[in-house]
Formats: sequence, structure tokens, C-alpha cells
Amino acid sequence: MTRIYVPRDSSALALGADALAQAIEAEAARRGIEIELVRNGTRGLLWLEPLVEVATPEGRIGYANVEAADVAALFDAGLANGGEHASRVGVVDEIPYLKQQQRLTFARIGITDPLSIDDYVAHGGLEGLRRALQTDGDAACEALIESGLRGRGGAAFPAGIKWRTVRGAKAEQKYIVCNADEGDSGTFSDRLVMESDPYMLIEGMLIAGVATGATVGYIYVRSEYPHAIATLETALARARAAGWLGDSVLGSSAHRFELFVAKGAGSYVCGEETALLESLEGKRGIVRAKPPVPALAGLHGQPTVINNVITLATVPIIFARGAAFYKDFGMGRSRGTLPFQLAGNIKRGGLVELAFGVTLRELLDEYGGGTASGRPARAVQVGGPLGTYLPDSQWDIPMDYEAYAAVGAVIGHGGLVVHDDTSNLAELAQYAMHFCALESCGKCTPCRIGSTRGVEVIARIRNGDTSTRQVQLLRDLCDTMVSGSLCAMGGMTPYPVMSALDHFPEDFGLADHATKAAAA
Amino acid sequence: MDESLAMAPDQLVQRHAQPGRSLLAILHAIQDELGYVPPRAVEPLARRLNLSRAEVHGVITYYHHFRTQPLAPVTVQLCRAEACRSMGTEALAQHIEGHTGCRFDAAHEPGATVELESVYCLGQCALSPAMMLNGTLHARVSPRKFDALFAAAGKRVEVPA
Repeated sequence: MTRIYVPRDSSALALGADALAQAIEAEAARRGIEIELVRNGTRGLLWLEPLVEVATPEGRIGYANVEAADVAALFDAGLANGGEHASRVGVVDEIPYLKQQQRLTFARIGITDPLSIDDYVAHGGLEGLRRALQTDGDAACEALIESGLRGRGGAAFPAGIKWRTVRGAKAEQKYIVCNADEGDSGTFSDRLVMESDPYMLIEGMLIAGVATGATVGYIYVRSEYPHAIATLETALARARAAGWLGDSVLGSSAHRFELFVAKGAGSYVCGEETALLESLEGKRGIVRAKPPVPALAGLHGQPTVINNVITLATVPIIFARGAAFYKDFGMGRSRGTLPFQLAGNIKRGGLVELAFGVTLRELLDEYGGGTASGRPARAVQVGGPLGTYLPDSQWDIPMDYEAYAAVGAVIGHGGLVVHDDTSNLAELAQYAMHFCALESCGKCTPCRIGSTRGVEVIARIRNGDTSTRQVQLLRDLCDTMVSGSLCAMGGMTPYPVMSALDHFPEDFGLADHATKAAAA
Repeated sequence: MDESLAMAPDQLVQRHAQPGRSLLAILHAIQDELGYVPPRAVEPLARRLNLSRAEVHGVITYYHHFRTQPLAPVTVQLCRAEACRSMGTEALAQHIEGHTGCRFDAAHEPGATVELESVYCLGQCALSPAMMLNGTLHARVSPRKFDALFAAAGKRVEVPA
């Protein structure tokens, strides 16, 4: 019996993996070859999708970019024994892109069947939760603080401090909310967790419940991720049947926990934690003023841990291996690893999990292999639509929250969108303002009105009014938005705009000196 | 389900407004069944949830996902966000408008056969450009690939099962 793997995550599906899996089963049956077809998660080597793997004595042999129409030829070439073929990429674990990574959070991804609890437990699953159940809640919160884990959604707030605040709050009901509203263009690591290793997220949320005394959890997933929602729903049903959830978590009657999936409805600003809570309560996703912080008055006014998917998904390994193990990775105050997402105009796009401290240039050259178009890379937007555009001169800064902040950039959720030398940064700046106008919740004036005025000012400059007055107007507007907005939507939309203006003035039709003079 | 019965707003709301469900979850359930949220459902929803009609209307119109009229038989949702822009989604959008004779994000007439909608990130940013065609996800969409997919979708619409 030969075991063949065809991924079931949405990237593979978007490239025809379901038809491919059917074709493999049909062709094997036609030839009388007995196979076991496993629908695994993605390995994160997305440029190779659909990546078919075959288990052989040397390891799992991969065949890249396979289509249903290739299947007969693959079997002719001896697919069942890992035979030679143009699409063969060798032992997948030995591909340098994968082998050189430091996969802590994503250790299991692509190896296992995402929905198999047996697979999950056989690959180290539940070890963290078992430890947490033997630990006092205070000690669990301290362990998370000790690990140095900071919120991976973008704000980088120490996760353990948040947990300790919720634990210390007095209330009848506390909640764990997972922010899975991954709306940033260039990011997909949350999606990969949900589609390719969902039990890890469930385990992380259970640990959060055990540590803080919260007994109900919600995973708020954006509606643009139907596959992630379906995978989570199935995983939750199986976890419930296996006794992870309910009145006694893993048989421990001291802890109960219920967990539900909630579906967003296509609002980017609901990725902001207070807007998300409003949305979870069934209302319009309008940002709340802080304080009070959600840790004290969150969902339905109760103490709430709200963490991003990657934050919660990283909790199990910290509890399984210890805070010191995790803390050993990284640099400065950025401890552990970050799953970087190589996206946009990049030859080898995918997930690259590495310790903090790696540079953008290493990621682009050694992993990404240059642009997809083959043209020189010109600008990289790091950290989503609210992140800075970095020119070549800034690609050697180590990826570290503080080092990036020092140059006015953000690491955010770790998404990197590469643009080649045909890009127009003035157009992208105008788009950033346009996107803010589309998605602003409307509560604060700088964001609601500033974004529309921003589109207009940039359009005027692009249409030829390159006077110092217009450029100064744009800078003043951005300053107002940064200082006066209620949340990151309006407060950070100026980041891509100003970085485009500062580093690529020629795209605005401005001579270099004119923008510098206006900035002075 | 009989169309007229499915559309009867009171029964529709009764079917989906289960205790404990938030307004957002109820709207999802209605749209999952009908493909859209009929404006006539606003009043019974407000009554049922003890909200004002303005509040219900506000939620429906706040979220891009909810629609108040049925989908066209062929609906294209093309990602227009940064990663897809870096891989030529704007040129692809022009191609799609030329090929279909429709405009993106234009209010479509009832009875129109094609609808083009801009969306912002489908999470396929390493395999751009990405789009959904009648709810099915496609990545690395070139103009040629679009034409083939669009033709196949059109055929499925013309020959009802």
C-alpha cells in the first residue's frame, strides 16, 4: 500500500487539488495500484502547490505544481515509488527553503492530516495542555510572560500580561476570543493554522481558559475564509467528541470550556480588537474607545483575553517545551519565532518561520528567490496595508519590533508584499487612502474624513499639482491622522503613504529635493 | 423550498432567529439560505430582537458581505489588494471588464447575468492574483485562465440542472 498526500488547504484547492486527488484515486484504481490517499495540510511551500507527496523508504518525495491532467504521466513515471519526473522535487524535508526554517509554531503543518486527532497527538499535540492542567493558573500566566511571547496580530503586546490581567479580574464570566480576522493583504499564516493544524489553535485557547479562568471561547473568522471556517467546525466537533471541551477539559473536572466559531462579514476594521468584540456581539464593527481595555471589560463587558491566531497557536509549544526553550530564539525584546509570509511579486512565495533577527534581504533572496516577474524588486511593504514601504536601503535591518519601530516601520503580522520596478508607489499610496476610506468604521473624524481627503490630495499631486503647498497639505493630513485617530486604521494608513512619498518621490512626479524641503 | 414561503419575512426570521444567536449570525443564516437578506426582513428582525429598524439596517449595510438583492448567476469577486496589485490585478480587472462588458462594483440591474465585485484579500497572497467565481476560489489567475473559467461558468448557468 502506497501512501500519497494531496493537500486540502485552500491554496491547493484554488489550484485544483480536489480534481487532482480524484484523478489520482481513479488512475490508481485503473492500474490496480493500492494507495491510501491522505489529504494533508500545506507545507507552506506555496509556490509548489499543488504539491503531491509519496511516502517512500527515503522519505516523502514531492511532485510540484501537479495538475489533474498530469496524473497518468506521473503514474507512468513511477509515482507510486517516487519515480523520476520533471515535476519531482525530491525529499520535501530536504528542500532548503523548508529545512533551514525554525518551525516551532508550524512544526506539524503539512505533515499531518489536519483533522486527525490521532495524527495531532502522535506529533506532540496536547502535551502543552496536559502540563497547563497540572499547573496553577498564576504560574501559567507567569510562564507565558517569561517566554517573552508578544501578540502576533501586530500590536506586539506581551501576551502573558494580558492573561494575568484577565486572571486577576473578578467576574462571573470571562472569555477567550481568538482574532482570526486576518484581513491584511500579504498575510495568510492564521489561515494556514486554521486549515492545516486547527487542533493547535484549539489547544492554545484551552490553555488560555485554564490559565485565566475563562470558560467560553470564540474564534472570530473572516467570512472570506470559508475553508478555514469549515475545517475549524469539523475540528471542534471532533475535539468535543474526544472530550477536550465541555464540563471537564481532558477529564479534568476542575476546568470546563466551550468553544465556538463566529463568522465575520467582510469588514477590515473588525480586525481591531474592540471592533471585533462589537461585531461578535452582533453589532456594527465600530471601534470602542480605550480604556477600559478588553482584559477588564471586553466581550459583553466581561474580562476577555483577545489574542491573534498565531499568538494562541504558539502557546502549546511554549507549555510543552518550557518558556526558556522558546525564549532562546529571537533577539532583544522580540523573543521566539515569527512566521513570515512571502507574498506578492515573489518567485517562491510561502510561509517562512524563523527567529526574529533575520533580515528582509535574506528572506527575499535566500527564501523568496527574487521576484516572480524576474525584474528587480523595488519596494517591500512589511506588515500589511498599514505597514511601511521599505526601499532597498532598509532591507538589512534585522526583523525585530524595536529595530523596525526605530525607522518608523512595523513588523505587524509578518506579511511581506514585494513590488518590482514597474510599480508606482504614488498609486499605491492613493490606494492606501482609498482602502481606509472604504473600511473606516466612521467613529473618528481623522480617519473617516481624512482618508477621503487623502485620496483627493494624492490624486491632485499625481495629476501634476506638485507644488510644495499640496505636498505639505498631504503631510499635515497624515500627521493629523496619526495623532488624532482612535485606532490603527486611521492612525497607520499614513505609514504606507508617507514612506512612499519619502522614499519614492519620483513616482509622485516630485524631484527629491522638493519633498525633503517640505519635510523640513 | 417554495420560493414564496422562503421569502415570507416572518417565517424567515422565525426560522433563523434562534435564542442566543446574534443579529450578525442570524443575517448570515438568512443569507446562506436565500443568497441575500431581503429588506422586508428588517422589520420582523427588529421586532424579534427588540432593536430599532435603524439598528438592523445599520448592521446589514455596515458589512460588505451582506447583500440586499440576489446574486447575479455569474459573480466574480476579484481581489484588488496590495499583493494582487503587485501581480497585475488592475490590468486583469480591465481585461475582465472588457471581456464581460460589465463594470466592477456598479449597482447591477435586477436580472443582470454577470456581477463584478472588488474584494480585499482572499488570503492567497503568495499565489496572486486571486478571485472567487461563484464562490469557488481560484489563484494565479491570468486573463486566459479567467476567460476559460468564465466561459465554463456561463455554460453551467445556461443549462440548468
